[in-house]
Amino acid sequence: MKENLYKYILGIADNSLILGQRLGELCGHGPSLEIDIACTNISLDLFGQSRSYYQYAAKLKGNETTEDDVALLRTEREYVNLLLVEQPNRNFAHTMARQFLFDVYHILLLQELEKSHDLTLAAIAKKSIKEVSYHLRFSSDWVKRLGNGTDVSHDKMQNAIDALWTYTDELFHQTDADKAMIAEGVGVDITKFKDSYEQKVAEILTEATLKVPENKWFQKGGKQGIHTEHLGYLLSDLQYMQRTYPNMEW
Amino acid sequence: MKKNWPLWEVFVRSKNGLEHRHFGSLHAADAEMALENARDVYTRRNEGVSIWVVESKDITASNPENNGEFFEPAQDKVYRHPTFYDLPDEVKHM
Repeated sequence: MKENLYKYILGIADNSLILGQRLGELCGHGPSLEIDIACTNISLDLFGQSRSYYQYAAKLKGNETTEDDVALLRTEREYVNLLLVEQPNRNFAHTMARQFLFDVYHILLLQELEKSHDLTLAAIAKKSIKEVSYHLRFSSDWVKRLGNGTDVSHDKMQNAIDALWTYTDELFHQTDADKAMIAEGVGVDITKFKDSYEQKVAEILTEATLKVPENKWFQKGGKQGIHTEHLGYLLSDLQYMQRTYPNMEW
Repeated sequence: MKKNWPLWEVFVRSKNGLEHRHFGSLHAADAEMALENARDVYTRRNEGVSIWVVESKDITASNPENNGEFFEPAQDKVYRHPTFYDLPDEVKHM
């Protein structure tokens, strides 16, 4: 099996799966019917993307591995998603700030991945770009809306950005598998667009009359499988059906 | 969230060449949000190629109480339909 490629795919797929699950938690609990549907729409986009990646990963693994096995039957330490995407929906400002900080990164990643020498990954990226462009439009709109809204909404959005900022440096960390895939022209060198990321984020935050946080200390570990305490609870929801009724089919 | 976001009416064109049709209504704080909400609520199953939103208060509607004077006088004026003429066979598509 192509071990590095497999790991590389999970590094992208797990972000979509875990963030999709977080947004899915809002189904029936959104702040209004319209926003509820918008969030679950984004959730379904992300699940759709993660399925494409997991199907590919399952094929690489062989031995009749299915996408469900890869997506749902790993232990917590085997998930390699970014710490950012597993953070809980503390309030709507947190949900939108998390989405925004990820979407800016996601679109930059996909635009590069579209040029990958791996044609399957390039095709998944190409299909996902339109979806993610809308996600970014939606989340940055809300960052601006709450930032420019009332004193209360401004403070809530600033608090959310401040709280999540510590997870943003990890977006640009590279694993050994990442480096190996970059060398082969398959993976994306994310360090190259760190500046573009910071610029774009700063631009929207400024428009939203919010401050760009200045902390110098950042959390890391998600890419190595070392997660915050939130992921375990999320996984126990996500994996419930597969663990309770092994090999179940719809 | 403010409970009193205004109501908007949503019109969707399902295919190029067809007219926009009324699809329903939703709540939104402003036109931009109404458009995005309409996209998510009414076109997520590929129903449209164009959306109009208009704030419901901007629509002037006829009052059902006036239906008598508005519409009933037209009911017995069948001669307003062009059905009392003999059309020559050469005229098609009437």
